[in-house]
Amino acid sequence: MRNFLIRKVIASIVTLYAIVTANFVIFRMAPGDPIRMMFRDPRVSAEQLAEQTEKFGLSGSLWDQYLAYMGNLLQGDLGLSFWQKRPVIDVIAERIPQTLMLVLTALALAVLIGTFFGALAGWKSGKKTDSIILSTSLTLYSIPSFAMGIVLLMVFAYILTIFPLGGIRTPASGFTGIRSVLDVLWHMILPAFSIILWYVGEYILLTRSSMLDVLGQDYILTARAKGLRERLIRKRHALRNALLPVITITGVNLGFAVAGIIEAETVFSWPGVGRLIYDAVLKRDYPLLQGVFLVFAAAIILANFVIDLIYSFVDPRIRVGE
Amino acid sequence: MALLEVKDLSIYYQMHRGDAKAVDGVSFSIKENETLGLIGESGCGKTTIALSLLRFIRPPGKITGGSIIYNGTNILDLSEDGMRRLRGNEIAIVRQEAQNALNPVLTVGEQIAEQIIEHDKVDKNTAWQRAKDQLELVGIGADRVRSYPHEFSGGMRQRVMIAIATANYPKLLILDEPITGLDVIVQRQLLKLIADLRDRFELTIIFIAHDLSVIAENCDRVVVMYAGKVAENSNTSDLYHKPLHPYSSALISSYPSILGERQELKSIPGAPPSLVNPPPGCLFADRCEHVMDICRQKIPPEYDIDGRSVACHLYEHSKEPQV
Amino acid sequence: MAETGLLKTTDTQKKKTREFFQLLLGHGMGKTGIIIIIIFLVMAFFSPLLWTNDPYKSGEAKDILVKPSAEFWLGTDDMGKDVWSQVVYGARVSIMIGFIAAVITVVTGAFVGIVAGFFGGKLEEGLMRIVDFFMMLPILPLMIVLAAVLGPSIWNIVFVISVVSWPTTARVVRSQVLSLKERPFIEAARCIGAPNKRIMFREILPNVVPLLFAQSILMITETIYAESVLSFLGLGDASKISWGQMLHFAFESGAMSNSPWWVIPPILSIVLLIVSFSFLGTAVSDVLTPGYKEKRGY
Repeated sequence: MRNFLIRKVIASIVTLYAIVTANFVIFRMAPGDPIRMMFRDPRVSAEQLAEQTEKFGLSGSLWDQYLAYMGNLLQGDLGLSFWQKRPVIDVIAERIPQTLMLVLTALALAVLIGTFFGALAGWKSGKKTDSIILSTSLTLYSIPSFAMGIVLLMVFAYILTIFPLGGIRTPASGFTGIRSVLDVLWHMILPAFSIILWYVGEYILLTRSSMLDVLGQDYILTARAKGLRERLIRKRHALRNALLPVITITGVNLGFAVAGIIEAETVFSWPGVGRLIYDAVLKRDYPLLQGVFLVFAAAIILANFVIDLIYSFVDPRIRVGE
Repeated sequence: MALLEVKDLSIYYQMHRGDAKAVDGVSFSIKENETLGLIGESGCGKTTIALSLLRFIRPPGKITGGSIIYNGTNILDLSEDGMRRLRGNEIAIVRQEAQNALNPVLTVGEQIAEQIIEHDKVDKNTAWQRAKDQLELVGIGADRVRSYPHEFSGGMRQRVMIAIATANYPKLLILDEPITGLDVIVQRQLLKLIADLRDRFELTIIFIAHDLSVIAENCDRVVVMYAGKVAENSNTSDLYHKPLHPYSSALISSYPSILGERQELKSIPGAPPSLVNPPPGCLFADRCEHVMDICRQKIPPEYDIDGRSVACHLYEHSKEPQV
Repeated sequence: MAETGLLKTTDTQKKKTREFFQLLLGHGMGKTGIIIIIIFLVMAFFSPLLWTNDPYKSGEAKDILVKPSAEFWLGTDDMGKDVWSQVVYGARVSIMIGFIAAVITVVTGAFVGIVAGFFGGKLEEGLMRIVDFFMMLPILPLMIVLAAVLGPSIWNIVFVISVVSWPTTARVVRSQVLSLKERPFIEAARCIGAPNKRIMFREILPNVVPLLFAQSILMITETIYAESVLSFLGLGDASKISWGQMLHFAFESGAMSNSPWWVIPPILSIVLLIVSFSFLGTAVSDVLTPGYKEKRGY
């Protein structure tokens, strides 16, 4: 168990280091060299430019630049956003809570709904219920979040006008206390749904195939041969085992899952990190783009670590240690 | 009275190109406290029969005819809940040690106790105590009650399976190749454990194997199966010394003698026919040393000879064994 | 799957292939998927015959944001361009980018997977580390960063998608190769002294073909999706109309409020095409699952 954790920590650090380095390389080697672009960017003032040049060792060799970049990064300095004219780290930091709020809500609901229907479909495999759930979830999973978002936006915000068009608060409403909380939730429903529907599809597919796999295992037949009630077999024997791979695959899939956040936040102008990446692209704000990418990568590594930790607690085969 | 009577049982696997007759008109019975061996090559329908006794046949498999009378009741007529009450409680099974016969995320104690709670309606503490007793009984030790399956060796896991199967003191225990795939010393130990438990709990046992020596030592009677049908049904000692069916004698000479006599081992040439649209007549005909014309035309009926039964045309006119 | 090479029999292979497609068409989802995909392929291939107006030609002031009519079947956008013609033309770009990227992805992934699985040792470990590293990355942000840095062009999009997507294929191919390596016919090929290159490409490759087929379909789903997202986010090639691009402009000009005819067709096209490939992919992997044929009672 301890070895398992130490190995995971080391692996995470190595991955993070590799990503940080790759990030440096991508932005320095590419034809549209962002540094040279920065010198031409009219939005950056002369003093800022001089300051950045010095801080990031831009007048030195590539190696000096790399060291300076790593040094600054360790101090949490990701450079200056061209567009907002303030440190990238500040711009990103103030967006993180909104993204976490959206993504954790969506993920929690999607996991609940998805595993429920996935387990049901697997249990009823080959029956009508199964094929309905399967084709529905495949369809949901195949609809990109941005497409789903646009449709939801058109139907519920423009045509039916029962939900707001976007953003996180009603502008100039002056809501306080509980009203302001409700207002935020109100704004969150559509973007959350456009992610949830996508995630739900994925979790149904995952849980279903895992459930099918488990139902073919010998211990299910053993449980039946014991004369246990179906409900007990389903809950204690089948579902519990079926959820283990779902936990692992959640970690593996996080790299893909981020896409949903970016798309939903973009469509609904949700002021989170995902929308920031869209704005950074539109405004050609490379330091910001670089920063957002790093934040996403670090978040995934951290989340994966947490998932490994959870897994090691629920699977006795790891818990007891190798 | 017979504890279990299987009458004219047929189980077909329904496939596009026709039904595969995995079990075709099989009859046999077991008296209380008897140990019955069920033997034959793999694919002859042994395991299908074992599963049918717990009513575990699932599509595409289907019980198409016959009856399974347990203690006077045809279990094929029982409700699903009625059947569930028999499983584990009166009829228990230990199957070939597969990697995953035990649930990997539950302790062995939980896996024994849950069955006790289900059938005997006792509280958790009692069930837990009985689970410990069971583990002690099968020679694992009560202190391992909180261990997980992956912490045990293959032989130990099979002991746990036996502990589960006997936890509710069933009347009928089905052993489906319980020692296959384990090493020889472990096999010996398990056979001894099974024999001890049989005496202690007065179990009636169906012992399925493809290994004759195992059957010879442990069974009172033997049913020899070939291609979904009963070839011969006999008491053990007569079967060994005077096999009636050509398949039985081929089977016996394909294994080293347990008495230690040096004999040439013969393998049986050929393979059983397809069970979908099989050829007419006796299914063993193509591999039989004594094949006659009638064998390819007519399915042999069962002939009774000295309290044994055999399905072979050799016995049509004579009651004397001719093999 | 024919154990080819030394024991190759083209007849059984042909038979298996025919049987495979029969099973696929007998699979409800497979049939639905194939029909929709064929419709889109026809649309892409014959697009010059199908478009009613030049998809690139801006209209006059009176033609801006026109509702669907006899002249403009699906209306026009804010530049007065015909939506129907754009959708038809977009099928071309979206499908082409998807297919090319999928081919590059699968070929790269198969090569890495076979080499890693076959040679094993340090080489395998190194390659799989790279694969694991890629799998940990946030895929879309990485594509966005690369596309933004490289600049908008069709080939950059293809490159970006392929670079990010090959590791999944590499991983599944490798595990298949690992199990193939233990099979007797590979042993046999080794015994008669066949060179590594021959074993890899003449013995192993044919046996991973069914897997590669399934992977290709999966990858097409992913690449068509990736192209549409990147274009939607404004990273597409401005000189080539694709469905994602149409949505980008529609979204930017707030078409959701006043001109649904401009928004719905590209969304529907993207969704239908991706869904049909998903259905086909599910059908293929079902049919390739050992025991599927038997379960259906063949």
